[in-house]
Amino acid sequence: MRLKSRHLLGIEPMSAEEITLILDAAESFSEISQREIKKVPTLRGKTVVNLFMEPSTRTRTSFELAEKRLSADSLNFAASASSLVKGETLIDTARNIEAMAPDFIVMRHSMAGAPHFLARHCRSSIINAGDGSHEHPTQALLDAFTIRQKKGRLAGLRVAIIGDILHSRVVRSNVFLLKKLGADVVLAAPPTLMPMGVEKFGVQATNAMDEALRGADVIMMLRIQMERQGKGYFPSVREYFNLFGLTEERARMAKPDAIIMHPGPINRGVEIASSVADGPYSVILDQVTNGVAVRMAVLYLLAGETSDENPAEERPGH
Amino acid sequence: MRILLKNGRVIDPSRRVDETLDVLVEEGRISGLDVSIPRSAAETVYDLAGLVVAPGFVDMHVHLREPGREDKETIETGGQAAAAGGFTSVACMANTHPVNDDQSVTDFIISQARRASPVNVYPIGAITKGLKGQELSEFGDLRARGCVGVSDDGEPVASGFVMRKALEYARMFDMPVLSHPEDPTLCNGGVMNEGFMSTFLGLKGLHAAAEEAMIFRDIRLAEMTGGRLHVLHVSTAGAVQLVREAKARGVRVTCEATPHHFTLTDEAVKGYDANTKMKPPLRSSEDRDAILRGVEDGTIDAIASDHAPHCSEEKQVEYDVAPFGIVGLETSVSLGLDRLVARGVVSLSRFVDLYSAAPARILGLKKGTLAPGADADITVFSQEKEIVVDPSRFRSKSRNTPFGGMKLRGAPLMAIVGGKVVHSAL
Repeated sequence: MRLKSRHLLGIEPMSAEEITLILDAAESFSEISQREIKKVPTLRGKTVVNLFMEPSTRTRTSFELAEKRLSADSLNFAASASSLVKGETLIDTARNIEAMAPDFIVMRHSMAGAPHFLARHCRSSIINAGDGSHEHPTQALLDAFTIRQKKGRLAGLRVAIIGDILHSRVVRSNVFLLKKLGADVVLAAPPTLMPMGVEKFGVQATNAMDEALRGADVIMMLRIQMERQGKGYFPSVREYFNLFGLTEERARMAKPDAIIMHPGPINRGVEIASSVADGPYSVILDQVTNGVAVRMAVLYLLAGETSDENPAEERPGH
Repeated sequence: MRILLKNGRVIDPSRRVDETLDVLVEEGRISGLDVSIPRSAAETVYDLAGLVVAPGFVDMHVHLREPGREDKETIETGGQAAAAGGFTSVACMANTHPVNDDQSVTDFIISQARRASPVNVYPIGAITKGLKGQELSEFGDLRARGCVGVSDDGEPVASGFVMRKALEYARMFDMPVLSHPEDPTLCNGGVMNEGFMSTFLGLKGLHAAAEEAMIFRDIRLAEMTGGRLHVLHVSTAGAVQLVREAKARGVRVTCEATPHHFTLTDEAVKGYDANTKMKPPLRSSEDRDAILRGVEDGTIDAIASDHAPHCSEEKQVEYDVAPFGIVGLETSVSLGLDRLVARGVVSLSRFVDLYSAAPARILGLKKGTLAPGADADITVFSQEKEIVVDPSRFRSKSRNTPFGGMKLRGAPLMAIVGGKVVHSAL
């Protein structure tokens, strides 16, 4: 089986089978990252451009590492979207990059739909590394991989996602993925940070954090951007943490073996207490580790290799 | 030169005419309508059997971009687009560069139109100087030079006090005040309708309440001042209901709807094509259906395209940064025939009214009638002809339409302005 599209623009257009295919492939790549020589020749001779038009450290380094471990030639192209708006347009930037004939463009952009726009105008495979408040598909895939690793399955689990739902691309991709794979999702946020019509996703929405936590197998906390304070979204960090911060006491409302996730970077004392972030049920650093394997799997599958062969069986180090 | 239009189905709602008649045009005016006028009566004879002959269509809301943005459109190309789209008159909005807030700009538009436009061009003056929403423009001078209404279209008049004074002052000249209803404090950088689709696509929303809040304000101000209010491009169920209730109370209010708002919904934004981005945005299917009901029951007086040309490089960008607006002159009539007539929302006679006499009435133009002696402005269209929208064939300088490739039933075939055939696809 192969992926239907040569782009990874979002989770929404994918089938459950395709998602499972990526997660299964990531298992093999996860093993590579534990070897002494963490490199396979899978993408030798392929070029990947990391086009990051919004600041990002962890997603970019995770992709970069995935590319290097697959022996691809990768280069980073960083530009702020706002300077591009004033000067060169996205389409001209894309054409310039295309002229160098890359096989993949990994794109991060502050505006929703930018990678879809790029996909219409480029021959390369486009991988969405986060577009505005829309999708962040590899984040959802690494989250799913981590849940599966810890819980053995996704179907039937109750996943509570808490925080700035309105502006979060992580939420949208996670909701699409978790629903496709049969998990129950509950979203919790103050009404000012809850977008309209989320029930149509087939999820439960609440303004009461405790209600979301009750019986949860997975607690996924979202980063709160400090700039939102005082802009009408919430009056103060203090009140936000009182109502929606994850404390040890609150975490106990979930199932005893519930895992705690966060896409990072975390704001200690804003959305999550340090004792929880560093506690025994936190899998936040496993998410980071798994991100590399999942991104390797995505690149490998988009490169169109047949999935009959187990990539981990290839000889490392070439 | 005399022109004879034979065997067409003449529909003139202003005179309750709907029958097969011959129409004779002489010296730029309608000189006679009869069951049979001999071919020898005119130098040029058109056989229009199977087609509809109607008073010339009026698009009361277009942006011709001249002066200032001639790369998007000019009075000449916009006029050609209008003629090709079956219109014989257009009213152009004031948001040019410089703004039409001064008689010299009005003079320029009118002289350019006389020189280059195949259709009649009626300027709309600005409500406030520079569209800044602060000081009123010189309505008296604008009126004297040919402006037929005032509007800051593109920008809402944020101050209720300024809007009140505009409605009061315009009363003196019997000019309508055309309001672009959008509470700017509720927009918050929105680029599409706020609802499930904006959540789904991760784009910032413009909620229906922003439009409705300002319509409510403007209706109350029209009621208190006795001024004549025209609400531009109503797009929400609540907006239609507000106008319906105001009309029932006897407020002097009219409104228009655009073809895109009675045809498309925010589902069209999927795929992030910036040609689906306009203000007000494409709304929900409930809103779209409410627009159709408003057209059906007469709450919506007129159809106007809000023709807003933009260069392709301006639209070929990320959705968030693309300018608002789409072209509409060359698709408006076909969309109306397909969505309103073929689907039974309105009768053919009411359709003609929506596109001719009604907008003429709102702007106080002596247009929209085929009465003997009237200006020979005539639109000929086919109810049956099937077309596929092909933006590459537009006369407009711009191609920013979401309707490319759409199959529609009904098409404008001929436009006659002042007795002169300015467009014919017969």
